[in-house]
Amino acid sequence: MSGKAREGLRRLWRTPEARALLALLLMLAIGAVFNADGAFFRWSVHRDMLRQVSVYGILACGMTIVIVSAGIDLSVSSLLALSAVGFAWLTLPAGQAAVFAILVVLAAGTALGSLSGFLVARMRIQPFIVTLAMMVFARGLAKVVSGGRKITNYVTAPDGSSRVVDLPRAFDVIDSRILGGNLSIVTVVFLACVLVTWIVLARLRLGRHVYAVGGNEEAARLSGVPVRRTLVAAYALSGFFAAVAGVCQAAQETQGDPETGMGYELDAIAMVVIGGTSLAGGKGSVTLTLIGVLTIGYLQKILSLNAAPEATRLMLTGAIIVCAVLFQRGR
Amino acid sequence: MTPPPTPLVSLRSVRKSFGPVEVLHGVDLEVMPGEVLVLAGENGAGKSTLVNILSGVHTDFSGEIALRGRPRRFTGPADAARSGIATIHQELSLVPTMTVADNLFLGNERTDRWGRVDFAAQEREAERLLEQAGLDVAPRRLVAELPVSTQQMIEIARALARDAALFILDEPTSALNEPEVEALFARIATLRREGRGIVYITHKMEEIYRLADRITVLRDGSHVVTAPAADLPPAELVARLVGRELDTRPPEPATTRGAPILEVRDLAVAHPVVPYLRLVDGVSFTLHEGEILGLAGLQGSGASDVLQALFGAAAGPVSGSVTLAGSPYSPGGPREAIERRVMLLTNDRKARGLAPELSVSHSVTLASLPRFTRRGGWIRRRAARGAAEDVTRRFRVGAPSLDAPVRMLSGGNQQKVYLARCLLTEPRLLLLDEPTRGIDIGAKTDIYALVRSWVADGIAILLITSELDELFLLCDRIMVLHRGRIAAELAGGSATKERVMGAAMGHGAGGRA
Repeated sequence: MSGKAREGLRRLWRTPEARALLALLLMLAIGAVFNADGAFFRWSVHRDMLRQVSVYGILACGMTIVIVSAGIDLSVSSLLALSAVGFAWLTLPAGQAAVFAILVVLAAGTALGSLSGFLVARMRIQPFIVTLAMMVFARGLAKVVSGGRKITNYVTAPDGSSRVVDLPRAFDVIDSRILGGNLSIVTVVFLACVLVTWIVLARLRLGRHVYAVGGNEEAARLSGVPVRRTLVAAYALSGFFAAVAGVCQAAQETQGDPETGMGYELDAIAMVVIGGTSLAGGKGSVTLTLIGVLTIGYLQKILSLNAAPEATRLMLTGAIIVCAVLFQRGR
Repeated sequence: MTPPPTPLVSLRSVRKSFGPVEVLHGVDLEVMPGEVLVLAGENGAGKSTLVNILSGVHTDFSGEIALRGRPRRFTGPADAARSGIATIHQELSLVPTMTVADNLFLGNERTDRWGRVDFAAQEREAERLLEQAGLDVAPRRLVAELPVSTQQMIEIARALARDAALFILDEPTSALNEPEVEALFARIATLRREGRGIVYITHKMEEIYRLADRITVLRDGSHVVTAPAADLPPAELVARLVGRELDTRPPEPATTRGAPILEVRDLAVAHPVVPYLRLVDGVSFTLHEGEILGLAGLQGSGASDVLQALFGAAAGPVSGSVTLAGSPYSPGGPREAIERRVMLLTNDRKARGLAPELSVSHSVTLASLPRFTRRGGWIRRRAARGAAEDVTRRFRVGAPSLDAPVRMLSGGNQQKVYLARCLLTEPRLLLLDEPTRGIDIGAKTDIYALVRSWVADGIAILLITSELDELFLLCDRIMVLHRGRIAAELAGGSATKERVMGAAMGHGAGGRA
């Protein structure tokens, strides 16, 4: 190999994308070895993996924006539950059109995200605390909306009589597959969210502002960046994506469960971090997050294909998060 | 009579380097019992490095330290403290979330044999110490609740409470008011009578001559002279501080000096926490297109605060009237200032200038993004990239690529990136605070050439620099600030290093020229 090519390769190796991709390839190689009698080579396994990580991945999109801004959003799991419950309530007992329900739920998620952003940017409360409070608050709100029960198509009328209503078509559509059953709609939604996040971070001025605020807030302010507006936008987007994830979750579970999505925020954070986005802020990308989502998704899939017990799965996941981050840092 | 007493502490040919750069070139120093030795020197003369060596912060240096004639090598600050050296650093080192008493005994707690802290004893003792320092503060108050000047007094009280042989005070009065200064001086007098030694660092003439038994002058890391205060009158002292050689280079002719662009009348900036202190106090001046006005002053002179006020980023409330290009100008924030085509380069590239992970190209375009944005908030990437390419080439920024994070660049190249960002905003008024701080000669020369070319394009520049040579090299006029006021205004040939330093230290050598 010529010196120049070697130098080019070395530079490529230094990019975080290359490192993240290598970790993913490593995971795929492990899957190829422990292939569970060839199961790993069937597309349906990959399709199901993608379906299973999609809701987490949608959360991870918003989380990426917030983490690049040097923040954190713990409230995404509760916002997901709130929007799942809201979507189910609007379409089932309230009998509203699905499109209307989706718009309402997305608006509500965005609004609550903006509120977190406002408290972070204007009131100068630490993101961890603000979103911890929002996590608790939104979970409570989800229980208020649902009356503390799961909302299903088994509807109880005010007079005490109950009946079964038809599940709106939207539930089926979101939980269906296209391309001859080879791709789930939730996966398409996830990939669309990745695209939107990529546009925001890499193509819009807002993205430049997010990186600058996360990298050095004072420097951003002195360069004329509207720091507060940027932070509000980051959390608003995270709320929006959490609401999208909530609709998908409701469709997949065919119900609105106020207890759903507990702990998902930690999975989303792990996916972002494994990709190589630093919690210190100012660096990272949604491409990295996409790779991180796939890495964790494959890890889980390989473990379940090989019938690894739950305990092993948890311990290995923890260990691999640390290894991946060390690997990302190099050396 | 008696033989000469042994010095409390003596340093012999102390040398210290940071990386390849030697900052102390063999300095000697002696402090006798019962004397106040004032350490004088310009910013960057090596005073702080010397203090850090004496107080055990820097342990890797060459040369000798002797305590009462016995050679000694400190292993760290704690070791120096145990050996009887108490230091009050310029920066506050109190824990704001702890009480006054807790802070006074931090690291030196009164404990019983089980390690339990005797809070009652500490509070009693604290009360005594505070009274001694002339402070009326309850020991149970939280430090964070106290004004900065009181905090500094507590810091001093903490150091002075120690039974140390040698006290080092590094600009202790910078945030104190008059009565507090008097209380401090009284304490120093007592310590002196008790036969303790004091090393006192200050930029203020009046303090030097009130306190000093002897004065040691440092310049550029070398020992210049040590003499009794009486043998070193102010004029002589200033001459020693700046070096004998007079700068005879004729100032650059003010080539394209055009119409007045900035008129400042009675600009004042109040201290953000201590309302009776004014960071800037009634500053007025006019700046023309294509002119470089130098602002000289020692730390705390208010020069940086003038620049920040003009950028809408002052530390405290601003008053006064400013006219920019004929219309009133009072920016509510940096954004507004940039829109009016004013840009500030702060003196702290790391903390307030660059984000280390941002790429070169994103860093230089950050302040001019409105120009590179289409409707809908989309970045005009080709235009932005082209501008970044162009400006980094003109500035000769050495970077592996435009996409490399700026942390990978050398200090000089980072500074160029920062300057490039300022210039891309197309300013008509550029506020430069120490544009060449901490960079090598090559980058400095590049930056001087750039500054000259901007002026030729009609940009007006307000420049702060602590390097006098730079001041004389670049500026058409020089304004010297002292404690927030204009101490002298010097034009062209009338400016000498002596006059600038004298005025900066509050020694009325200036006058209007």
